[in-house]
Amino acid sequence: MLTCKQFLQELNDYLDPSTDPATKCHLEQHVNECPNCFIVVDTTKKTLQIYKGLEPQTIPESVKARLWKALEKKMAARKAQA
Amino acid sequence: MTPTTTAAFDESALVEKARAGDAQAFTELVNHYERKIYRLAKHITQNDEDAEDVLQEAFLKAYEHLDGFKGDSKFYTWIVRIAVNEALMKLRKRKGDRTVSLDEPIETGEETVQREIAVWEDNPEQRYSRTEIQQILDEAVEGLKPDFRTVFMLRDIEELSTEETAEALGISIPAVKSRLLRARLALREKLTRQFRRKGEDVFAHL
Repeated sequence: MLTCKQFLQELNDYLDPSTDPATKCHLEQHVNECPNCFIVVDTTKKTLQIYKGLEPQTIPESVKARLWKALEKKMAARKAQA
Repeated sequence: MTPTTTAAFDESALVEKARAGDAQAFTELVNHYERKIYRLAKHITQNDEDAEDVLQEAFLKAYEHLDGFKGDSKFYTWIVRIAVNEALMKLRKRKGDRTVSLDEPIETGEETVQREIAVWEDNPEQRYSRTEIQQILDEAVEGLKPDFRTVFMLRDIEELSTEETAEALGISIPAVKSRLLRARLALREKLTRQFRRKGEDVFAHL
């Protein structure tokens, strides 16, 4: 059986849906028998879930206004060139 | 992450129009991606002023170089790459070149930190306000080394592939993989300290 350290090295493969079933099965064995790694897997999944579930916040209005001002300037220059 | 799309958003059609000189189409692309690019810039530079500069530079450069965009990658991947380059330049300028070189090998020695093994309370997302969660997650990312947080942002938040991330950062695929692993484990550790179920034996559920 894998040691915890070996398993953790392969954690991303374990979490990756595209990993081949044989590798996954091999890793799964460790998770089933090791309560600590079971928790690490579970909380790593939750960590990713919580990050992925978060929409980016809106940009401060002043930042946005300056971005558009800069873009409009550039676009106007392009138009003048054409 | 689910893109904040309106059903009508068609990236390649907009890019096509923008390349033909349609400013409105480019405007729509900016509208669509500005928040993500700003977040990325902010997480890499960790500085409001730099993030704003990166945001502007990235879109201005994209507009300027639209002709050079070949369309063999997604526009989004392309703009992310421009933004990452700008952000890394800012970071290097601010911190002095040595500390943030992304090409330096990462130390792979024994981890000395005690791994935090604990189950989480149920649905932390519902127990904290959106702002609180946001703050907890942001602080955790900000605590990572630049090498790690950049890879994490690109792979797990912006959802670039391993290959795209390697290309954007100019590092090898194994380097992307090992940094992603370490970033994920470090974040898990930090969030566990925050969200661990309190007041009971951590193995009680087993």
